[in-house]
Amino acid sequence: MAEWKMLTLVGEDRPGIVARVTDALFRTGCSLGEASMIRLGGNFTILMMVSSDLDEVALRRVLQPVVEAMALRCHLDPIGGGLHRHRVPNIQVRVWGADRAGIVAQVTGALAATGFNILELESDVAGSAERPVYLMNIQGYSEVTLEDLKGSVAGLAAEGIDIDVSPVETLVG
Amino acid sequence: MAVLEILTLPDERLKQPAEPVERFDEELRAFIADLEETRLAGPAAVGIAAPQVGRHQRIVIVDVSSKPNIANQGHQVLINPEITHWQGYEIGREGCLSVPDYTGNVIRATQIRLRARDPWGRPVELGMAGFEARALQHELDHLDGLLFIDRVVSRRTDLFRRKRYLKSPPSAGAGA
Repeated sequence: MAEWKMLTLVGEDRPGIVARVTDALFRTGCSLGEASMIRLGGNFTILMMVSSDLDEVALRRVLQPVVEAMALRCHLDPIGGGLHRHRVPNIQVRVWGADRAGIVAQVTGALAATGFNILELESDVAGSAERPVYLMNIQGYSEVTLEDLKGSVAGLAAEGIDIDVSPVETLVG
Repeated sequence: MAVLEILTLPDERLKQPAEPVERFDEELRAFIADLEETRLAGPAAVGIAAPQVGRHQRIVIVDVSSKPNIANQGHQVLINPEITHWQGYEIGREGCLSVPDYTGNVIRATQIRLRARDPWGRPVELGMAGFEARALQHELDHLDGLLFIDRVVSRRTDLFRRKRYLKSPPSAGAGA
């Protein structure tokens, strides 16, 4: 059974990167698992689980023509884990504030102090270049009560961070 | 009573629209009892629709009363349901008995009014809000051959909608 590797690609964004990379992998008999692509600051970024009988050196050789043609930086790591390991979040944390250094560290630090496990985190900078606003949306799993979690982050309001902690009730139907 | 087999992705029968119920008889009510037993046998489902067990008729069960602190009207068996009014929208996370091991964010109306029949064919009118309205909309989609994965939106969609609208109780019909 082939083992999973985590393929990370970063570069200047342009159309066709995913198509060319996955075509090269497909033609070599690789399977793809979970993947997450996003544009960050105009950069193309993707994390992709790749399953292959090829070793790391051979896999890099397969990717090399696309990586060079699309001017990407490529990183490949053997990983543990596998598919069907999802955890469903029970808490959502929405954050915003005038952009400054330290917002993520302060918010996630307060959450981590309760044992909170971040499962998904997205952040962005909105507003204008003169008045940037930092926004962050976290979904995760908490074993402490909503009240305890709110108590843990309550002090951040005084630091100019607007933070809303709410339960995520996943509907199954 | 019996626990029925749940159809799961990629079974093509899940895409098939359901037909209205015309006969409100003992056979229908026996099926509804089986459908409810099937719902309860699964992983904490708050609803189920007949097409999920391969019966393509417009029958849904919704019951969110097991969830703490959520407005609800108890156990609802709704035949030939039709949404007559909806307003507001909200993103929420959904999973499905027919889509194992996957959850995703879906936009649903926050307040709805609907018309349906009960298992004896008597007309029913209800108002639903929030989680219960979401459950009904999820089940109603099954009747039209749609799954929540047909409606999933990006995680980032929610990033700029920090405050959710203040929840108000169902505008009408909120018993129990």
